Amino acid sequence: MSPTTAGPAASPGGASSGAGGAGAGLADLADLANLYQGVRSKFPAGSITPVPADAGFDQPTWIVERDVLAELARELRDNRETRFDLLMDLAGVDFPDRQERFEAVYHLYSVPRNARLRLKVPVAESDPVLPSLVPVWNAANWAEREVFDMFGLRFTGHPNLSRILCHEAFQGHPLRKDYDAARRWILTEDKIYKPHFDLPGGFQAGQAGGPGQGHEIPESGDDDLFERMTINIGPSHPAMHGTFRLMAVLDGETIIASDVEIGYLHRCFEKMCETHTWQQVIPYTDRLNYCSSFINNVAYCRTVEKLLSIEAPPCAVWARTILSEFSRIMDHCVCNGTTLVDAGGLTNFWYMFQPREEIYGLLEACCGARLTVSYCRIGGLSQELPPDFMARCRRLLEIIPPFVSDVEKLCDHNRIWLDRAVGVAAISGAEAVNWGWTGPCLRASGVPFDVRRAQPYDLYDTVDWDVPVLYGGDIYDRYRIRNLEIRQSLKIIRQLLDRGMPEGPFIVDDPHVALPPKEKAYNEMEAMIYHFKLIMDGIQVPEGELYLPTEGANGELGFYILSDGTAKPYRIKVRPPCFPIMSTFSKLIRGGSVSDAVISLGGLNVVAGELER
Amino acid sequence: MNTSPVPPAAEPDPYPTTTRPYRQSVAERLYLPLVGGLLVTLRHFLRNLFHPGRMLTIEYPEERRNYSHRFRGHHILTTRPDGSVRCVACFLCAQACPAECIHIEAAEHPDVNIEKYPVVYEIDMLRCVFCGYCVDACPEEAIIMSNNYDMAYFNRDQTIVGKADLMKPFTFDEELLGYRPRYPEEEAVRAKMRREAFSLVDAARRARQEQTAEELSAVSATSAATAPPAPPTAAGSPASPSAPPS
Repeated sequence: MSPTTAGPAASPGGASSGAGGAGAGLADLADLANLYQGVRSKFPAGSITPVPADAGFDQPTWIVERDVLAELARELRDNRETRFDLLMDLAGVDFPDRQERFEAVYHLYSVPRNARLRLKVPVAESDPVLPSLVPVWNAANWAEREVFDMFGLRFTGHPNLSRILCHEAFQGHPLRKDYDAARRWILTEDKIYKPHFDLPGGFQAGQAGGPGQGHEIPESGDDDLFERMTINIGPSHPAMHGTFRLMAVLDGETIIASDVEIGYLHRCFEKMCETHTWQQVIPYTDRLNYCSSFINNVAYCRTVEKLLSIEAPPCAVWARTILSEFSRIMDHCVCNGTTLVDAGGLTNFWYMFQPREEIYGLLEACCGARLTVSYCRIGGLSQELPPDFMARCRRLLEIIPPFVSDVEKLCDHNRIWLDRAVGVAAISGAEAVNWGWTGPCLRASGVPFDVRRAQPYDLYDTVDWDVPVLYGGDIYDRYRIRNLEIRQSLKIIRQLLDRGMPEGPFIVDDPHVALPPKEKAYNEMEAMIYHFKLIMDGIQVPEGELYLPTEGANGELGFYILSDGTAKPYRIKVRPPCFPIMSTFSKLIRGGSVSDAVISLGGLNVVAGELER
Repeated sequence: MNTSPVPPAAEPDPYPTTTRPYRQSVAERLYLPLVGGLLVTLRHFLRNLFHPGRMLTIEYPEERRNYSHRFRGHHILTTRPDGSVRCVACFLCAQACPAECIHIEAAEHPDVNIEKYPVVYEIDMLRCVFCGYCVDACPEEAIIMSNNYDMAYFNRDQTIVGKADLMKPFTFDEELLGYRPRYPEEEAVRAKMRREAFSLVDAARRARQEQTAEELSAVSATSAATAPPAPPTAAGSPASPSAPPS
């Protein structure tokens, strides 16, 4: 009667020691020079240049010539020594002063080896073409489209190289440095996104394109044309959890092909970061995954702190860990609540949203806002914890579990929900990794990858908790794993509360990073000068680049940050966890019905603010 | 070029290539667990029926939610005792604002000690993201935030709020205040918590003293009776053998 077991997973970090010197993830840089010699020796000399270990990079970095990129990617994925099977992120960078102006930066991760590798491919502006890596990693599909959209790099062999975040009528490539951030375009309806259906019958040849034409009967195709129908769901549709446009080709009630158009909520977060100071980016990060905005704050601030080589004081780290876990609970509550609403279980929505409401009360007592918290600062927190913080947390620990167990009692063994969810939109672990999945959705497919365990940060390595894993890979297990993770988060919080609040300041005492205390700024000349200087000039972050992963509520949230030593970021690339997950959506819903597609979307926990940035 | 040290066959496949979906039991097929679910909803129904006060929902305009005194709401420009604006038009808030929603025009103040004051101080409430950076930036405590969150306007012109309107809500009513550099009410709570903690510590110390005194008297009584075994008894007592001074 008991469902699939959720045993604690072995740490991937502890299990791997095969790759020479690379088993410890970000740590071992000393062996960088002879790292993966076996892979490198298969390619012509000079085509792969490892960056020397003392160059100050956070992870092994290779500069790769584009001719060998496709071969190298396949080799890195398949070689037993490396097994880089997860393409975490693909970022474009623009250096107008360089001869080879653009750089495509691939961040690879190896789940069995718990190792990371960064590939940098320089590309000249005159010939901005790269080989597409979609045959190697499916995750490259949307990632390459994004780089094409933002930088104008082209990828040969890509199945559908079109704009993804900007409108089709947009001109130019917004993340190029010579693109004015204030520039506006009038978007007309004559150029809109042409959906790409991978149907065998050549269906996408010129239909289902124009405004209001989504339902047109295709001109070519096989005989039973009249059985087929193309429908639009969204962009503005309550089932779409935001503004996505799903175009589905139906055969009867079965979706035989579909395509997703995103970008309705694109607000060019990354370009805006480049025009603001490091500190001013924090309110922007709130709006990425707005269900758990505090985690975004933490992820960003941690990355900048690492680049600055400072550490937040113990009190701030302690509070960050607790509030991150509360935010994770909140996010999981929202996801499960809305998924069950999509399946018709409105009661669960009420039950799940009550803990969320209470957690919002805690966050508001800490920082003054419920949704967009902006509580973190680079170097700590914006203000000290409220006096009743412990009491409030304790109260939450009592309030939350009954609601979760109520939902479990309602749904876990409820045949109505089981029939809707078990086996629907299933994906195996191997496929999910290839599509770039991380987070609870990946763990529901049987892969025990969690950044908090693989590369522990904050206080996660000092508390006792498990990584729940389920093996169904379907909506039901994605729902179950979130409930299990809520309990693990509560366990983490309880241990940290028992440990007691560390004494000390809530932000670093460094006038180059954090504003001096107000009392000093009012009364002391030196503090006043630092206060003015920090606000007028901003934090001067030393030159360098860094990719730092954080476990967001729905997967690995990574910030890839480049600094040129000034007060403003040179480039910030966010690795939103739901971007690769959403790119799988068309594949997941193929063969199911429209109602299955709706609950699939809910179970994936796709948050538009983070997906489209 | 077989430099790979790991034998390919030795390692099992790291990920499941198939899915193992959940199997329904007989009871589940018979919809039996639904009875438990019905009890859950019944419990919630009865609780909400008999304890409506425990429900989280509020009927908003009539009933208002209690936010903390850190709430980041509508801005307030504070004033000097004579009622003039405290702002000295240093532009730090406008500089710190990530949304670029603060517009200031400065002029010379008649008082030479103050130098400048804002002729125009406008906040575009549609642009504002209520992050509180202006409050952090202000070196004069001239801009703080209030608890007021219902900002509704009839047209867009009204959303650009000027100096007069920003100064109006400031009434020294602590209920109205929100995010600001100092929280006197919090200080009171902290002081109370400190007093309680001190009194707890005091009580603990007094109890320990009494205990040690009792033990010491017991020890002296036993040592008076039998002299040799006295030192181990004294060392075995949990508190330090020498009684702390009063």
